[in-house]
Amino acid sequence: MALNIGCAAKPGRARDNRTGSWRVFIPRFSREKCSKCGLCILICPEGCISEDEEGMPVPDYDYCKGCGVCADECPADAIEMELEEK
Amino acid sequence: MRKIMEGSHAVAEAVRLIRPGVISAYPITPQTHIVERLAEMVADGDLDADYITVESEFSALSACLGASAAGSRVYSATTSQGLAFMFEVLFNVAGMRQPVVMSIVNRALGAPLSIWNDHQDSVSCRDSGWFQLYAEDAQESMDLHFLAYRVAEDHDVLLPGFVCFDGFILSHTYEPVDMPTQEEIDAYLPPFVPVNVLDAKNPISMGMYATPDYYTEFRYDIDRAMDRAKDLLVTAGRELGESIGRDYSGLVEEYRLEDADTAFVAMGSLCGTVKDAIDEMRDSGIKAGLLKIRSYRPFPRAEIAKALSGVSRVAVLEKNVSLGSAMKGAVGPEVKDALWGSGIDVFSYVLGLGGRDVRKKDIAAINALSIAGKGDMFYGLREELI
Amino acid sequence: MLNYVGILLKELRIHGRGGQGSVTAAELIAVAAFESGAFSQAFPAFGVERRGAPVQAFVRFSDQKIRLRSQIYEPDYIIVQDSTLIKDVPVFSGLKKGGIAIINTEKAEDYQVPEGVRLITLDATKIALDVLGLPIANTALMGAFAAATGEIEFSALESALRDRFPGPLAEKNILAARRAFDMVREGV
Repeated sequence: MALNIGCAAKPGRARDNRTGSWRVFIPRFSREKCSKCGLCILICPEGCISEDEEGMPVPDYDYCKGCGVCADECPADAIEMELEEK
Repeated sequence: MRKIMEGSHAVAEAVRLIRPGVISAYPITPQTHIVERLAEMVADGDLDADYITVESEFSALSACLGASAAGSRVYSATTSQGLAFMFEVLFNVAGMRQPVVMSIVNRALGAPLSIWNDHQDSVSCRDSGWFQLYAEDAQESMDLHFLAYRVAEDHDVLLPGFVCFDGFILSHTYEPVDMPTQEEIDAYLPPFVPVNVLDAKNPISMGMYATPDYYTEFRYDIDRAMDRAKDLLVTAGRELGESIGRDYSGLVEEYRLEDADTAFVAMGSLCGTVKDAIDEMRDSGIKAGLLKIRSYRPFPRAEIAKALSGVSRVAVLEKNVSLGSAMKGAVGPEVKDALWGSGIDVFSYVLGLGGRDVRKKDIAAINALSIAGKGDMFYGLREELI
Repeated sequence: MLNYVGILLKELRIHGRGGQGSVTAAELIAVAAFESGAFSQAFPAFGVERRGAPVQAFVRFSDQKIRLRSQIYEPDYIIVQDSTLIKDVPVFSGLKKGGIAIINTEKAEDYQVPEGVRLITLDATKIALDVLGLPIANTALMGAFAAATGEIEFSALESALRDRFPGPLAEKNILAARRAFDMVREGV
């Protein structure tokens, strides 16, 4: 492949990378313990947690890398990291 | 039309004729008269350009990089610490292959603080991927800007360039210049046609990151463009001569070298004083000549070897110092390399640093030193201070 | 083929203090010389921009393109804008035999000029105060220089002044230059 002048390229999109496949541990969200504070939605480095109509967090496992930041930060201890079987 | 004006104003007039779309610069002595005049032209409606005021040289060149990437012809000017502050951006502009042209009004680098002339600022940016042209007088300072844009914007080159001229010695001197017409410059320098353009409707990224698998080839690509710039400087310099009557086809220029024993090599305004000194030496029977280097990057190795092949010795006059190096000057080793195997002695003489005046008698004294085999030294040190 | 010999070159060194207009004087003299048909070059002794500090500015005149860029050490002419400089600065240094020294002074002292140098003294500050109402003597001294040396035509000096200064100010400066010009010419 010839180089483009000035290392110019069409930009790609992070969405094209299904980073969920990198995951070893998967976060499991407990609807019982969740206080709907929304902190996990804010701090997720991938931005892959959204909110359902009841205000409950919903992870998108296509992109969740399993970093565990949400589980560490959850004030209600409502998120647990489980070894994922693939 | 011949007029008398300050060197800085001659350069500002040249920039007006070049029709840049965007100018961004931060004022710094001795570059200020250029950018003040350009700001006036823009404010008065004499130049249809956007003048972006910024808070630093780093931002000035960054603004130029962005504007160039968006497809505009771009101009900036700086010197000394200002150029040093741009150092990071210089490499980005060259790496992204944006044909920005910048006037370097040569000035010493601190510390100690000096506002006066030498070539340390631009010579220190030697390896940044910008081509570097050096002017001898106000006329050449002006004309080299036309040449620089023509070469920079050519799709075989696409490299940024410096037009270097000596701070105060040229920038603040009144002397006659011949002003080309707008028609001549429009014909010589058609509007810039970019290759890659930043456009929100058709997005691209420039200067993407390169892994070890790719980086070397990108650098190689710039080096090849520099080689093509060397050829184009010759043809575009000739065409400039056909257009405005002053030929710039030489990467180097010879003066009374034909039967010279000592050849001086110099860049910039010093060449004028050296020519006068050579005439005086010739009158008293000393055969000396000058090889002026107009293009320092790309370096005209073959042209130098050819021009100096018949001389006995070469004295490279350096307004820079490569601290800790064997020859002291940065240009000398490359001249020596060009003459490798010829048996011709090549010496460097560091002089004119921080604005120290260089007189005809200094050139004669250096000739004597070179005959005595003394060189690779600081010339004219004040012994009482050391 | 270049003409290597017989280049006619004359040099002027102006001594003044920051704020007295020495650099402007050098520039305007060079412009007037150019308008009079010469190649000319004007430049300051760069960088000293403090008000009141001793400054120098230089002009070269030639019948050919001027290549030389060094400062001027052996002038044909000097202009001293302020006679108080004489005790601090070697203003006569290198002044050539047959050269001309123009000194702005209230009292025509017998300055020790080098042998063979023609000394011209005038109270240019008084002229400036009378005509401009300001102690800026540079334009009067330009007039004196034109009369004493013949390097520039007075009409060229007039047009250089009109180019540089707005209407009424240009006319006042031309008047100051004219007074000094006449004074020096009649004093010959």
